[in-house]
Amino acid sequence: MTPTGTFDGLEARALACAAGYRTLFASLDLRIAPGEWTMLVGANGSGKSTLLRTIAGLARPLAGEILWRGAPRKPDDAEWRAQCVYQGHAAGWKDAFDVRENLGLQLALDGLRVPRAELDAAIDRVGLARQAKLPFARLSAGQRRRVSLARLSCSHARRLWLLDEPGTALDADGLRLLGELVDAHLRAGGLALVATHQPLPCNATPSRLSLDELRP
Amino acid sequence: MTTFARFWYRYASPASFYPLAGRLIPVFATLAVLLAAAGLYVGFFVAPTDWQQGEAYRIIYIHVPAAWMAMFVYLVMAFWSAISLSFHTRLSAMMAQALAPTGAMWAFIALWTGAFWGRPTWGAYWVWDARLTSTLILLFLYLGYMALRASIDDPRRADRAAGLLALVGAINVPIIYFSVQWWNTLHQGATISMTAAPKMAETMLTGMLLLTFAAWTYTIAVALHRVRSIIVEREAASGWMSRLASPERPPAADGSAPSGAAAR
Amino acid sequence: MQRDALAALARRTAPVTQPAPPGVIAALRWACARDLRLALRSRSELALIVVFFLLVTSLFPLAVSPDPELLRAMAAGIVWVAALLASLLGLARLFAADHADGTLEQMVLAPAPLAALVAGKVLAHWIATGLPLVLLAPLAGLQFGLGADAIGVLVVALALGTPVLSWLGAIAAALTLGARGGSSLLALLVLPLAVPVLIFGAGSVESYAAGLGAEAHLSLLTAGAIAAWVLGPAVTALAVKIAHE
Repeated sequence: MTPTGTFDGLEARALACAAGYRTLFASLDLRIAPGEWTMLVGANGSGKSTLLRTIAGLARPLAGEILWRGAPRKPDDAEWRAQCVYQGHAAGWKDAFDVRENLGLQLALDGLRVPRAELDAAIDRVGLARQAKLPFARLSAGQRRRVSLARLSCSHARRLWLLDEPGTALDADGLRLLGELVDAHLRAGGLALVATHQPLPCNATPSRLSLDELRP
Repeated sequence: MTTFARFWYRYASPASFYPLAGRLIPVFATLAVLLAAAGLYVGFFVAPTDWQQGEAYRIIYIHVPAAWMAMFVYLVMAFWSAISLSFHTRLSAMMAQALAPTGAMWAFIALWTGAFWGRPTWGAYWVWDARLTSTLILLFLYLGYMALRASIDDPRRADRAAGLLALVGAINVPIIYFSVQWWNTLHQGATISMTAAPKMAETMLTGMLLLTFAAWTYTIAVALHRVRSIIVEREAASGWMSRLASPERPPAADGSAPSGAAAR
Repeated sequence: MQRDALAALARRTAPVTQPAPPGVIAALRWACARDLRLALRSRSELALIVVFFLLVTSLFPLAVSPDPELLRAMAAGIVWVAALLASLLGLARLFAADHADGTLEQMVLAPAPLAALVAGKVLAHWIATGLPLVLLAPLAGLQFGLGADAIGVLVVALALGTPVLSWLGAIAAALTLGARGGSSLLALLVLPLAVPVLIFGAGSVESYAAGLGAEAHLSLLTAGAIAAWVLGPAVTALAVKIAHE
């Protein structure tokens, strides 16, 4: 809690979201404090992606409010966008560029000035040193996911991580990397909301939020 | 809060607007029939024969109101779209959706009646007259709006995308009219345009105004009817619709009020 | 060893200060450079647009008549219609590819101003697809027997008008993201809105040929270009956001 007593993390109150004509869930309450993470579970189509996108600011909720550090979250606010990282289903990488170009472009968009050496170090850390100059189309799905991990490894300054099935296509080693990244992020005071079907090898225990129970 | 604001807020939800619309439709429909009858009588029987164009000119009593309505409905559609984009309201977007087909119909009627006027007057069904051409482009704008709406599955996204299109179109409509007018004057010199209306006898003007109001009330009645079906389609999942759907039981033998009456 | 490296990285990048969100010019430069780099990698696709333009202009004499007087009178109109259709071809690649692979989503969520990112994309798109048409217009003009000065007016008009077409197309392309209907829907949305540009653009050459001077047309086109650059980014950004809802 900040000195003024407001909750210093992510909060959602009575959130309801819809997709098309169908209400996915209603009366959702969520509270994530700094240094904690929540695992979002639910059957396919239960609204996990919709919830993540709504919190990120891409979609509007049907009802309820979302608060960040005590104040209502405004999706158009550049401040908010600077503080959250969202990784959705679509990988967010261009096939025409190679790993280094893709990562460099994305980090530049994130507002980070990353020198060439650090870029290479980040790529090396996720085990893609040999694939750095290969065109993206030649990478396997798991290798593409690792580039997303490389982006995350440079994004610890952004406090809220919204990850939609980050473990897809990752092998055991990749999952371990992901777990370590999340741990490191939490230790640095960040928060994470992760939608996942499989448990992550994280030291920190998450609270669970199941959307199946919230279906209207 | 003023009474007007209270009225506005109360009927801004589809649930409360639905029965109100139902009560208003017969009012506007009756008005439309009465005004149309009066206007047609004045236009076809009372107004004098035009010395230049004979009886055929009478088609302008339908053509001019149709052209005005096509333009006016587009502006109203754009207005409701602006409201729905700014305030994220559902009903205003539904209103815009309900108005579009009728507006397109007026544009179509304007084009057809224009052609039927052109034939006896100038010998050709279609002359590239400034207003007819602008109305043609307006028809394409309507069709584009309806096509965009139909091609997006998510209803709220369709609302907002089509709403933005309507706004962009509305801003462009004066520019389009101006440019077509410019193009027409450059190419045809002195315009033999339908906008240069002959000196109108007062009865002619009365007939046209009556029919314009008839078209207006007709449009409102049809739009209200259409918006009711849109509301049913979109709000089917919410509770108030099922309360409405439960059939009204006939009054009990002792005359007490039926239970399960329509929800407010 | 990777674990230590990660831990070290976490300690180093502990949240003390936020990274600075890119400003307007930086965002525009980022988007423009990126899209130009992408365009360079698909040069053949862009060449097709230019070939299409020349093909369409060649079709008209074949379909109508090779009479030089007639062709000279129709030249500006044909070149403009061909430019309009060719620009429609290129519009699909403006947002659709980025939308499909998720990069557009990241742009919407980025702290950089979306209007600036979009402006950078449209600028790159114009440089890659509009500018070649402007530069090739003299060729088409020669095909139709236009004089050198008339060709000059045509080139200026195209240079002013093609960015407006790019912006109108950008708004329509953003609105039709994720909608069924593909390029025909896009054409239905763009073409009516493009009518003023067509009228003033083609009219400028005709007016010049008639001895009335092209200033009025060109100044209207300039006004349109300014309005497009001022209003286009915000409207297109809103359309892109709507497409992601």
